[in-house]
Amino acid sequence: MTSGELQPKAAGRLAENILYFGRGLRAAGIPVGPGAVLDALEAVRAAGVGTREDFYWTLHAVFVKRHEHSILFDQAFRIFFRRRGYIDQLMAMMLPAAPASAPRPPEAGATRIQEALFSGIEDKLKQEREIELDTRMTVSDREVLQRKDFAQMTNAEIAAAKEAMKRLVLPLAEVRTRRLAPHPRGHLIDIRRTLRASLKGGGDFIDLRFVGPKTKPPPVVALLDISGSMSQYSRVFLHFLHALTDTRKRVSTFLFGTRLTNVTRALRERDPDDALAACSASVPDWSGGTRIASSLHAFNKQWARRVLTQGAIVLLITDGLERDADDTLAFEIDRLHRSCRRLIWLNPLLRFEGFEARARGIKAMLPHVDEFRAIHNLESLSALVAAFQGGGGRAGDPKAWMQKVA
Amino acid sequence: MNKASPRALPDSIEATVALLAEADYLADRSLGTVLYLALKMGRPIFLEGEAGVGKTEIAKVLSATLGRHLIRLQCYEGLDVSAAVYEWNYAAQMIAIRVAEAEGEHNRARLERDVFSERFLIRRPLLQALTPDTAGPPVLLIDEIDRTDEAFEAFLLEVLGDFQITIPEMGTVKAAHPPVVVITSNRTREVHDALKRRCLYHWVGYPSAERELAIVRAKVPDVSKKLSEQVVAFVQALRKQDLFKSPGVAETLDWAGALSELDVVALDPATVSDTLGVLLKYQDDIAKLEGRKVKELLDEVKSELRAAE
Repeated sequence: MTSGELQPKAAGRLAENILYFGRGLRAAGIPVGPGAVLDALEAVRAAGVGTREDFYWTLHAVFVKRHEHSILFDQAFRIFFRRRGYIDQLMAMMLPAAPASAPRPPEAGATRIQEALFSGIEDKLKQEREIELDTRMTVSDREVLQRKDFAQMTNAEIAAAKEAMKRLVLPLAEVRTRRLAPHPRGHLIDIRRTLRASLKGGGDFIDLRFVGPKTKPPPVVALLDISGSMSQYSRVFLHFLHALTDTRKRVSTFLFGTRLTNVTRALRERDPDDALAACSASVPDWSGGTRIASSLHAFNKQWARRVLTQGAIVLLITDGLERDADDTLAFEIDRLHRSCRRLIWLNPLLRFEGFEARARGIKAMLPHVDEFRAIHNLESLSALVAAFQGGGGRAGDPKAWMQKVA
Repeated sequence: MNKASPRALPDSIEATVALLAEADYLADRSLGTVLYLALKMGRPIFLEGEAGVGKTEIAKVLSATLGRHLIRLQCYEGLDVSAAVYEWNYAAQMIAIRVAEAEGEHNRARLERDVFSERFLIRRPLLQALTPDTAGPPVLLIDEIDRTDEAFEAFLLEVLGDFQITIPEMGTVKAAHPPVVVITSNRTREVHDALKRRCLYHWVGYPSAERELAIVRAKVPDVSKKLSEQVVAFVQALRKQDLFKSPGVAETLDWAGALSELDVVALDPATVSDTLGVLLKYQDDIAKLEGRKVKELLDEVKSELRAAE
C-alpha cells in the first residue's frame, strides 16, 4: 500500500478526478456538496491510494449518506474509474455542459444511471404507452405503464387550496409526546426555571415554574391508489398531499397501482405543479390496474418499520376495488392496522348514494380500519377537507358500513 | 495521535481489521476502511443496518481493543439535554443560595456566578465524553439514534461537528482530544442529512456465508465444525426467504449457542422447528416455516453442503 504522501502532480490529477466524480454523482442524484468533495480528498490522503477496493470504500464512506444511494454510487464508480480514457467519455455523458456532446436536458446524468439500473422499463413504456384504456370504474389487473400529465394549477385554485387547508382538522391532530415543555398548569416542577426565577429575587421567594407534556402532530403516511378507477381523483389527492406536506412536518406519501412508489421527496417541491410533475416522472404505473394486496405487502415489508414509528396515522386512499381479493389482502391490511396508531380509509366511491360495501376487496378491508371516510362529490380540495370535518361519532365508523351489507 | 492512550490508533486498513479481529470481531474490508478513516480523520461513524448485525458491538470492541473508556448514550423518545448533556445539582444550588443569604451576601451577579459553576454541574454522557480522560479520549456510543425525535438530533450537531458543548450559564466546553464517536441506527426513521453530513456513513449488511462461518467459529468455539456449517448455511437460506424480519448475526450466534447447549450434533427438522423461536421473532414468519417447509429447506442446505465438499 502506498503511503499517504502523493506526488504533487499525481495528487493534483487525483483531486481533479475526485472533483469530477463528485459532480457526476450529483448529476446522478446523490446530494454531494462541495464540502463532501473536500472531505473525500482528505479521506483519500488519509487512507492513501492502495487497492481499487480500498479506494472504492474510502469514497463510499464520504459520498454515500443513505443506503439506497449505494447502488447509484456503485454504478457511477464503475463507469468513472474503469480506465483513464473513459473519463472524458463519461464526463461527456454525465455532465450537461461538457464539451463535445449534444445538448442534453439537465437531468441527463440521472436518467443515464437510472436507465442502466432499470433497463427494460423504458422499453416497456414505449410499447404500452399506446395502450389506452378507459378503466374508470372497472377493475383491471393489467399492468399498464404510462405517465400522467396534470393540468397546471391556476392561481385561484392555489389560493382556494390554501384556504381549505387552513380549515383542515385531521383526526388525532395532536398527540402527547414524552418531551416536556414549559406549561402554566403543568404537572411537574421545572427546577431549572424555578431556580433562575428565584435568583432574580435574591432567593427570598421560591416562585414555582411548571412543565407539562408537549404535544405535536403525529407523522402522517398516505397510501394513494393511482389505478385506472381512481384516475380522475389523483390530481386532487396529490394536491391535498402536497399541501399537507407543505404545512406539516413528517408526511410520507406512497403511490400504488400495480407497484409501490415512494414520492415523499417529489412532493417536497414548493411549487405544486413542480411537485406533481416530479411525482409523475417517478411513477411508471399511472392509471393501470390495482394490486392492493401486493402493494400493501411491499409497504409492510420495506417501509412500515421505517416510516410508521412514533405513532403515525395512515391515510389509505383507495376505492378498494380489487378483483383478486383473497386472504392475503385481509392479512396485509391487518398487519398495517397493527403497526400504526390509526388507520383511516378515504373512499371516493362513496359519492354514489347507493354505495354498499359489496365488493369483496372492500369487505376484506373494512373490519381492519379505524375510520372509514366517505367523500361525496369530490371535485376540490375543500370537499376533501370537509370529509375530515365530518366529525367523529358514527360518520367514520366502519361498523355502520358493514351492517349495511349484512 | 494521542500519546497518553494505552494503545496507539491503527495506522492502516489492515491494522484496523486486525485490531477488531483481536476481539473476535471479523469485519470486512469496507467496514475496516470506514473505521480506519474515522479514527484517522477524527470523524464520527454513522452505522446503519438491520437489528442484530453487530453495530453496537463495534463500539464495544473499539473501546476494549484501544483500551479506552466506553461512554454509552442509549437514545429513547423524549431524551433531553438534562439526561444526555448536563444537569445542575439543584439541591446543592439551593443550599448555596441559603448559605450566601445567611452570610449576608447580596451581590446578585456574584451569587449567580457562584451557583452556576463547575462545582454544581452534573455531567451526562455527552459532556463526559468531552472531558479529558487518562486512558485517552473515550469511545462515545450513541445507540439507536432513530429512537429519539428530531429535536434531539439538533443537540448533537454541535457535539459532532466541533466536539464542543455550549452551556448557556457557563460557556463553551471543548474537547482537547475528540472522542471516537459511533452512532448506530436501525433506520426506523430517516435521520436528518445535516447530522449524517458530519459523519462517515456505513451500511452494515448481513455477512457472507464464509465470514459468518468464521464469526460462529470464533464466537461459539465449542460447536462442531459440521454443525456450524449447517447452522450458517441454514440461516443464509432463511435470509433468502420472504420473511418479515430476517435473522441477524446475533440470532445465528444465539442459535448456535442454543444448539450446543442441547448437545445437538447435526440439524434435523424436529430440532430446527423446536428452536426456530431463537432465529425468528415474528409469529407470521414462524408460521410460514412450519411443517414441511423446514424439512425442504434443510434438505436443500444439506445437499448443497455435500456438493461443496
